[in-house]
Amino acid sequence: MNSIAAIGASTLSRLAAVGRAGLMLFGALLAVPRLKNVPLTVKQLYVVGVQSLLIIMVSGLFIGMVMALQGYTILIDYGAEASLGPMVALSLLRELGPVVTALLFAGRAGSALTAEIGLMKATEQLSSLEMMAVDPLRRIVAPRFWAGMIAMPMLALIFSAIGILGGHMVGVDWLGVDAGSYWSVMQSTVEWDKDVVNGIIKSLVFALVVTWIAIFKGYDSVPTSEGISKATTQTVVFSSLAVLGLDFVLTALMFGIE
Amino acid sequence: MDNLVEVDNMTFSRGDRLIYENVSLKVPKGKITAVMGPSGIGKTTLLKLIGGQLTPQQGDIRFDGESLVNMSRRRLYAIRRRMSMLFQSGALFTDMTVFDNVAFPLREHTRLSEDIIATIVALKLQAVGLRGAAKMTPSELSGGMARRAALARSIALDPDLIMYDEPFAGQDPISMGVLVKLIRALNDALNLTSIVVTHDVSEVLTIADYIYILADKRVIGEGTSEQIRNSDSELVQQFLKGQADGPVPFHYTAPPLEESLFGGQS
Repeated sequence: MNSIAAIGASTLSRLAAVGRAGLMLFGALLAVPRLKNVPLTVKQLYVVGVQSLLIIMVSGLFIGMVMALQGYTILIDYGAEASLGPMVALSLLRELGPVVTALLFAGRAGSALTAEIGLMKATEQLSSLEMMAVDPLRRIVAPRFWAGMIAMPMLALIFSAIGILGGHMVGVDWLGVDAGSYWSVMQSTVEWDKDVVNGIIKSLVFALVVTWIAIFKGYDSVPTSEGISKATTQTVVFSSLAVLGLDFVLTALMFGIE
Repeated sequence: MDNLVEVDNMTFSRGDRLIYENVSLKVPKGKITAVMGPSGIGKTTLLKLIGGQLTPQQGDIRFDGESLVNMSRRRLYAIRRRMSMLFQSGALFTDMTVFDNVAFPLREHTRLSEDIIATIVALKLQAVGLRGAAKMTPSELSGGMARRAALARSIALDPDLIMYDEPFAGQDPISMGVLVKLIRALNDALNLTSIVVTHDVSEVLTIADYIYILADKRVIGEGTSEQIRNSDSELVQQFLKGQADGPVPFHYTAPPLEESLFGGQS
């Protein structure tokens, strides 16, 4: 009986956490936007976006290069190396761009958001904001949330673009695929709404999930060193799993059923 | 209305743990009221209840005659502009200089020009003796200075009420003396009402106008410094004199030592 009760209790506490997460998000989003908060959002955009650029660009470059290398060795057997361009571009735009960007974002920016907000809670900065009649949801949570939502799709597009260039470097410059066919077959195959827009939609969904988890984990963390370290780990684990799971669902919805 | 804050038969529990049971206290206007008690009995919780960050399960908490329980969020935020709290850690924003920290409430809640804000901040920092430290960041300040900077921030909007959470904890004798002087001086000069939560007996007895001692979920003693010193409650006397054993036992509740060591054999 006790084990059943324990399952019930843990389910209830999880559901309560989901409820708190929802309330936090609504509190942050429904707060009346104020002009004063624009600079705060821009600052966060710099922190989560610009400062993630390096890791995103380097990863994109290497992933594009690896894909061209792997793709070439397979395609060459069928004499289809002209399809290298679309293969690299489609995999990046549809899948790898949004997914890998989200995973890297969770590790690079998400964990930092959790730790930052968790420490603000531990050092009573959130409480003191509340006591100064400043809503921490509006002042701390909302700018970070919007910064994540804006930064992630842009990072994913940059990731894909750099990856395509990396593929060009390996496929065309090194392995000798014809440059004209790399670009022209890519242009004729990749569709704006089906591939690019769907990739951006994926990226927006991942941005919502990763930023939400990261901020909530910090906001809801136990304000001790142990609690914050646990929250940071959970941010990376939960958001990675959520991204991969959601990616399958989104792919099935977008590309699965014709 | 002589009392700025009134706590009326308030009961508060966190989860299953009962923290306060039918606690009543009054904080008269213009006075320094101290709340003392052993560590871990929820003195900080009391301040959060008065600040409306927590809601009691039963009873009422009134600020200037207005009940904080079930108050709308908007009204609560309006009321909070009239109260401020000095947190134990200072809770300065670590990404801003001391100047910006003190200017923060002014920039958030007023439409004053930067010139006027700079003047006000300089005056507030002068009051706590840190005008020279305006450009420093919180990480460069000593513990005592951080608390004084936080104090300057909490008086930036000229509140009616300041709540001090353990202002003397972990301070060297000089910073302690400075803080004691500041609390008294600010209270009298700015016509404030102060609530000081602490367990530093001697400091409090010198500055507080009225003292409540909390223990065991309730008020165990109250009065002026004189009345508290002469209290005949054993618990109050143990607390004042810092005796290791007494009504608050030295040993946390446990089975007898013989039983733990030798099991049931003896």
